Parts: sequence; C-alpha cells; structure tokens
Amino acid sequence: MTNFPLLSTLIWLPILGSVGLLLIGNRSVMTVKWIAMIISVVSLLLCIPLWCGFDTTNAQYQFTEFMSWIPSYNINYALGVDGLSLLMVVLTTLTTFVILLASWNGKQHNSAQFFATFLLAQGMMIGVFAATDTILFYLFWEAMLIPVYLNLGMWGKENRAAASIKYFIYTFTGSALMLVAILYLAANAHSFEMSDLWAFKMSRELQDLIFIAFALAFIVKIPMWPFHTWLPDVHSESPSGGSVVAAALMLKLGVYGFLRFNLPITPNVSEFLIWGMIILSLIAIVYIGIIAIVQTDMKRLIAYSSIAHMGFAVLGTFMIYIIVSSTGNIQNAYLSLEGAMMQMVSHSFSTGALFIGVALLSDRLNSSMIKDYSGLAHKLPLFAVLMMIFALSNVGLPGTSGFVGEFMIILSSFRANFWVTFLASSTLIIGASYTLWMYKRVFFGQVTSEKIATIQPLHKTETAALVILAALVLFFGVYPEPLLNVFHASVSNLLSQALAVKTI
Amino acid sequence: MLNFSLISSEIFLLAMTCVILLVDLFIPQRKHMLTYALTQITLLGAIAITVCLYSVPTTVAFSGLYIHDTLSSVLKIAIYGTSFFVFIYSRDFFRENDMAGGEPYLLGLFSILGMTILVSAYNFMTLYLGLELMSLPIYALVAFRRSSYTSAEAGMKYFVLGALASGILLYGLSMIYGATGSLQIDQVFTAIGAITQPHSLILIFGLVFVVAGLAFKLGVVPFHMWIPDVYTGAPSAATLFIAVAPKIAAFGMIFRIIVEGTGALQVQWQELFIVMSILSMLLGNIVAITQTNIKRMFAYSTIAHGGYLLLGFAAGSAAGYSAALFYTIAYAVMSLGGFGLLTILSQKGNSIESVDDLRGLHSRNPWLAFMMLLLLFSMAGIPPTVGFFAKLGLLQALISADLTWLAILAMVFACIGVFYYLRVVKVMYFDSALDNKSFVLPLDVKLAISLNGLVILYFGLFPNALITLSRGVFGL
Repeated sequence: MTNFPLLSTLIWLPILGSVGLLLIGNRSVMTVKWIAMIISVVSLLLCIPLWCGFDTTNAQYQFTEFMSWIPSYNINYALGVDGLSLLMVVLTTLTTFVILLASWNGKQHNSAQFFATFLLAQGMMIGVFAATDTILFYLFWEAMLIPVYLNLGMWGKENRAAASIKYFIYTFTGSALMLVAILYLAANAHSFEMSDLWAFKMSRELQDLIFIAFALAFIVKIPMWPFHTWLPDVHSESPSGGSVVAAALMLKLGVYGFLRFNLPITPNVSEFLIWGMIILSLIAIVYIGIIAIVQTDMKRLIAYSSIAHMGFAVLGTFMIYIIVSSTGNIQNAYLSLEGAMMQMVSHSFSTGALFIGVALLSDRLNSSMIKDYSGLAHKLPLFAVLMMIFALSNVGLPGTSGFVGEFMIILSSFRANFWVTFLASSTLIIGASYTLWMYKRVFFGQVTSEKIATIQPLHKTETAALVILAALVLFFGVYPEPLLNVFHASVSNLLSQALAVKTI
Repeated sequence: MLNFSLISSEIFLLAMTCVILLVDLFIPQRKHMLTYALTQITLLGAIAITVCLYSVPTTVAFSGLYIHDTLSSVLKIAIYGTSFFVFIYSRDFFRENDMAGGEPYLLGLFSILGMTILVSAYNFMTLYLGLELMSLPIYALVAFRRSSYTSAEAGMKYFVLGALASGILLYGLSMIYGATGSLQIDQVFTAIGAITQPHSLILIFGLVFVVAGLAFKLGVVPFHMWIPDVYTGAPSAATLFIAVAPKIAAFGMIFRIIVEGTGALQVQWQELFIVMSILSMLLGNIVAITQTNIKRMFAYSTIAHGGYLLLGFAAGSAAGYSAALFYTIAYAVMSLGGFGLLTILSQKGNSIESVDDLRGLHSRNPWLAFMMLLLLFSMAGIPPTVGFFAKLGLLQALISADLTWLAILAMVFACIGVFYYLRVVKVMYFDSALDNKSFVLPLDVKLAISLNGLVILYFGLFPNALITLSRGVFGL
C-alpha cells in the first residue's frame, strides 16, 4: 500500500471520471448522477488512508510522487502533501461530496456536462494543493479556470456570460505575473521544485518585486479589496452548486498561495508591503463587512461576508511579522498562523453551507432576494435550525468552528498592535449584524406569500448534506484539536521559513 | 557537390505535381477525387522521404545553394503534414464554392514546393526563388473565386503588396551582397564577422530592408496591413492555406537570413524585433477585440501571434530560437484547426463569417464545439494545451536573456488577448443556437479535426517530445 500513488489517484480519478461522464452523455440522468457520486465517494474513501497514514510529527512532504515530466526544462510531475495541503485536499473532496449530495435533486439541462465540470474542478484543485513543482502548480491553477468558467457560463443565471468572462479575465490577469515570477526564480535557482525556491536567497529589492507578483495573483483569487468585484457577480449568477465550489474551495487557493509562496520565498519583504497586506485585510473585514449589511440579495450578502472572512485569514497570515517584530513572541505567531488555517476550514463549512441553503431556497422560489422571503421557520423548522448553526458560525459564536479561528487571530495580535486588533474585532459586531439581520428577515416573521406557504420540504439528500456540515461546524467548534494536530508541524516549519533571513 | 538524394523529396514533389497536372487534364473525373487522392499521396510520400533522410548529417549541397539539416527536415515535415490536413478540410469547400477543378490542389502543391525550397535554401538566390514560388500560387489561390468581388480584391491587394515586399527584401539582400561580396549564407556570416568597422552603414541599410521584407511576409506590425483584408476576402479554404504552412516557411526564412546570415549584427536586429513584437502583440490583441467578423478576428490574432513568435528572435539565443520553433509549429497546428473548423463548417451557403454564426455550436455539435474550445484556449495560452508551453518556452528564453520586462509585457498582452477568445467560447457555449440543423461531416474530416484538437491537448499534457525536438534542432 505504501507505494500506491494516492495523490495521483485523487487528482486523476475525478478528471478521468468526468471524461467518462462526457462520453456517456445525457442519455440517462440517473447513471450520470450515480457515477459522479461513486467517484466522489471513492475519492472521499481514499482520503482515509491519506489522513491516517500521515505522520503529523513530520513537516516534510509525504506521500511524495516523482516522475520526470519535461526533462528539457527540468519540470517534473512532483506531488506531495504536508499538513497544510493535506487538510486542503481532504476539505476539497469532502466539499465536492457534499455539493453533489445537495444538488442530487436539482434539475439541470445537460447534466453529464454539469457534473463533469464539478469533477474536473475537484481534480484540478487537488492538483493545485498537491503539486510540489511550481509549473505543475501553475498548470492546475490556470486549467481550473476552464471548468469553472463553463459551469458558470452554461448553467448560470441571466447575466452569466458577463460574470463568467469577468471572473476569467480577473483571475487570469492576476496570475499572469505569477508565471513570470516563477520562471524568473527558476531561471536563477535552476529548479522548479518548491523547496528549492524556498532555499533561494535574493536581495530585498528583488524580494519586494517577487512578493508583489505573487501577491497579485492571490489577492485576486481570495479576493481582497479592491479586486473583489468579480466575486459577488459570480455568486449571484452562478448555478446552485457552482457558488459553493467558488466560495468554499476556490477562495482557499489564494490564502494557500500566500502560505506556499509569499511567506517562505520572500520572507524579508519591506515592512511597507506587509502593512499594505494588513491594511487590505482590515479593509476587507470592516468596509466589505459594512457593504454586506446593505445587500438585498442573499447570495451577494454571503459573498461579501466570505470576502470579509477571508480577510481575517490573510490578516492572521501576515500578522506574524508584526507580532514577531514588536513582541518577539514566536508562540503568538504560531497562534496567528494556525488561526488563519482554522479560519479557512471553518469558512469552508459555514459559508459553503449557507450557499447550499440559499441555493436550495432559490431552486424552490426562483429568487434569492431577501424581500421575497419571510417566516420560513414556520414552514421548514429543521432547515431553520441548521441554518441557524451556520449563521452563528459565520458570526463567530463560541462553540462553533467560526469562533476558533477568529479568536486565535484576535488573541495573538492583541499584544502586537492594539488598533489592528480593535478594527479586526469589529467583525464580531458587523458580522453579527449582517448575518443575523438576514436570518431574521428570511426565517422569522409571518409567512407572507403563497409560494412560501406551499414551499416544498427538503429532500433527504439535501438534509443530509446540511447535517454533515452542521456536525462538522459544531465538532470543530468544540474540539479543534485534531485539525491543529495535523498542521502543527507544518506550520512550525513554515514559520521558521517565513522568519528566516533569506537575503544575499 | 551534386547530391540528388538530398533533394529527393522536392524532386518527388515536383514530379508528382507534373503527373497530377497531366492526370487532371486528360482523365475525366467527376468531382476531381483522383486529383485530390494523388495530392494527398504525394504529400504522404514526401513526408516519408523526408523522414528517411532525417538522420543524414548536415550537408551543404549544390555548391552552397542548398542545405540539408535537422531544421529543414523538421520544417518540411511540418509543412507537408499541415498541408495534408489543409487539403482534407478544404476538399468539400472547393467543391461547393465554385472552386471545383484540380487547380486549387496544383496551386497548393507548387506553393508547398516553394516553401520546402525556402527552408532549405542556403543562398540568397535560392531563397528568393523559393519565396516567389511559394507566393505566386497563393496570389492565384486567393483570387480564385472569379465570381466573388472580395476574393478578387483580396488577391489584388495581396499581389501588389506581396510584390512590393519581395522587392524590398531583394533590395536589402543586394545591399548585403554589396557589403559582403557573397550570396551564400555562411560566407555572408563570416564576411560580416570580419568587418571590423562595427556600424557599416551599407550593412545596416540592407538589414533594415531585409527585416522589413521578412516582417511583411510574416505579417507583423507595421507591415501587417494586408493580413486582415486578405484573410477576410479570400475564400475560407485559401485563408486556411495561407494561415498555416507559409508561417512555418517564414520562420525558416527568418532564421536562415537573420540568424545564420547576419548573426553578427545581432545587436541591431534584436532591437528591431523587440519593437516589432511589442507593436504586433499590442495592435493584434487590441484590435481583435472589436472585430465581429471571425476571420478578421483570427487575422488580428495571427498578427499578435506573429509578435509572440518574434519574441524568440528578440531573445537572440539558441533557447529563444528553439522556443520560437516550438511556437511556430504549435501555432501552425492551432490555426490549422481554427481556420479548418471555419472551413468545414461553411457548408452549402451556410458560410461562417461573423462570430455570431457560431452561436450555439455546442448544442448543434458538441464535439466540434469542444475541439474549437481546445483550439481557442490553446491560442490564448491556457493550460493544459500546447499553447501554454509554447508561451512558457518563450518567456523562459526571454528571462534567461535578461529581458524580463519583455516577458512581463508579453503576459500583459496575453491577458488582453484572452478576452476575444473567451467571447467565441461564450458564443458557442452560452448562447442558444439560431437553428438546430446539425452538421453532416464526412468521416475523414471528422477524424482529421478530432486528431487536430487532441494533438493540442496531448502536447499540452506531454510536451516533452516536441520540446526536445525543437531544442535538438538548435543543439540544446
């Protein structure tokens, strides 16, 4: 079993599976759904040996696979996971499974292609997380745009074409400079291996430039202010499952990129840029949070809320420099970085679930405007309870997973800089305002319209999807230890890289 | 030294062309299927001969008029191979658009012969002859639809401007001859190296004219004006022909004259190429955005791609030339597929002219739409298609040559270019079809276009063979 290429299987099984789906075509919708589901379940099962076989005390890449791919350029097919990427891989497979479960009863035209785009996106996303060769990383990173673009454009709402092109051009342009940066580094380090790039030393000025090139790609992907405008459009236009993929998974790629490239490759960038990142993430938390309050469309509201939450993760990532320089306390830097990781995981669960919930509603009433809903709690009590859990996690209430990450970040930054902490903490008020106000308007009050009175109850699969996510939110809210354990060694390795002096 | 076995593929091609000419005249055929079949057999035979000669070491033959090396073999195989597909795609088009008769095939074969001579020429004279042999049949091909006003106009425009460019090139070559006293490429190279005076005015003068002539043939800014008009005006099959193989030949021509001939003037021509490639990428990508005619859009995209190709020469290193060769071959396959699809979809008066004619292609024929999708993403340089690695090689060469700013600029223009490719994808996939007539395609055309698209995907996933080949040509 030790030599079984687990990661390759996880990448290529969904990709080849989607090819299979396309070949089967739309003759039998049920076959298509079952095949997609089986592939997703098998992927999920494959994650078990991955998770169990992972040595949490070891910060090195594990389950490595290596094949010479383009020897003339010294580019290799190199895979491996450490604690950070392992978590992301498992998160990706789990979320895709939940999405399939939730969209089991949805009705799409061309369902074979619809499910194929999901599986393609899943495989490529795992590829991004598992790649240890930078070109392989970039390849998956860019290739992923294609299935997401098609999914959004073919099954989206009215303005889908504009939204999908906007999304594609934004992200493609953002990552254009990343390719040049990778090639530049590789030309000087004579290797495309990530670990070789980590060991590469360069001057501070150069580090600044490389930092900007990488950061642009990730800022657009996360997205952070002022490059965030594609996200609300994508969410409000995308089909039910699509926005979940976008929210729960794709946004993580950006923060993951910061952790993989910016911190270890350019650890000595000027303070100006670090503060720039911190200010951008504070803008995301405060300003975007306030924008979220006034949204009238639930999907847009949750989209803005997820920008604000990802701002928190970015804050935790870059606060380590401020913490270490002003207090010298490495332990707090740990806490901050691990808080960022926790924030990403929790955001996947709660935002993903909120999007699934909204998608289920808009499938039924054909609208995601808040004003079209009222008094749902009377008609769908179980749904209301589940959504309450996710809403509270979104707010960051203790006992839910949303609390853990935010608390860790706020706690660790408190000593380093009061004002940053003060502004970041405002999320507890702003987040509560937009989430709970929306919840109140949608679920409480009187049943106002005929449509709501006759709303269809949830299907078993849809309930199951939400219950799984709710269980995860509560479990990790109370007992986050298993997660922290998985990435503890890798975070400490990353931190030592990020705080090293790598100038010439 | 006379070594006829070296030019056996050209001899075979010429002999067969003459045979086909006679066959087409004297044997009555309905639909000229025999001519078509013989043409294809000729091309396959020529490929076979070139492959057999591939391992013959570099030889300069016929008193320095002709060279056989791996570059010429690779380019010839690419020319024959892509032309083979060109004829498959155009066959039905010729038949349905009053271009019936054997002439299009014969004109094509003569032009191909010119291209192969062009890439093997080792003397400015041979080179010029090859160039003219390549160009003249194409002028006729563009103007072939006598009934069509635009076709005649395009032919006229192409001819006048092409003749002018040939004249400019010839003038430049004669200046270089005057300065070096030789027409043979390697002697020119040594002679220029021996000139101690760094800025010999007459050489620079000649070089500028030569570069202008070459830029015209490749179609890069500021010598691009003919491309949009000719591509749009010419019948689709003729556009397909001029968009593919002549580009490969143009690469060979630029390499022979500029690098092998005037290599010692690198400092001078490098700057010219940098300026031209920036302008081409800029103009091509931006003007393509506003086009509604799809052939015109592809024409501007060709200009932009010409600019990318020149980046390899701008890098001025072996890595750059090999990246440019890779790019040339990859782009030839892409535009083969792109224009090929336009040609085979133009059935029975249902001509594909505007971008909107492709509306809802996905629901009418999902497979063809998918092939077009692959081609478009490849042109945009998005993985996992061969276009991505073509771009990667160029960027890498530029960075190694300390031209990182140019690499950044190239990526910025690529981002601009993505828009119009995406728009075509949007039209095919997201818009609904105007009618649901499905396309009926002959089996061989279907196979050819599928192979064309899948090759792009295959080399996007496993590019190593092609990269090794193109690096091997330049001794890397």
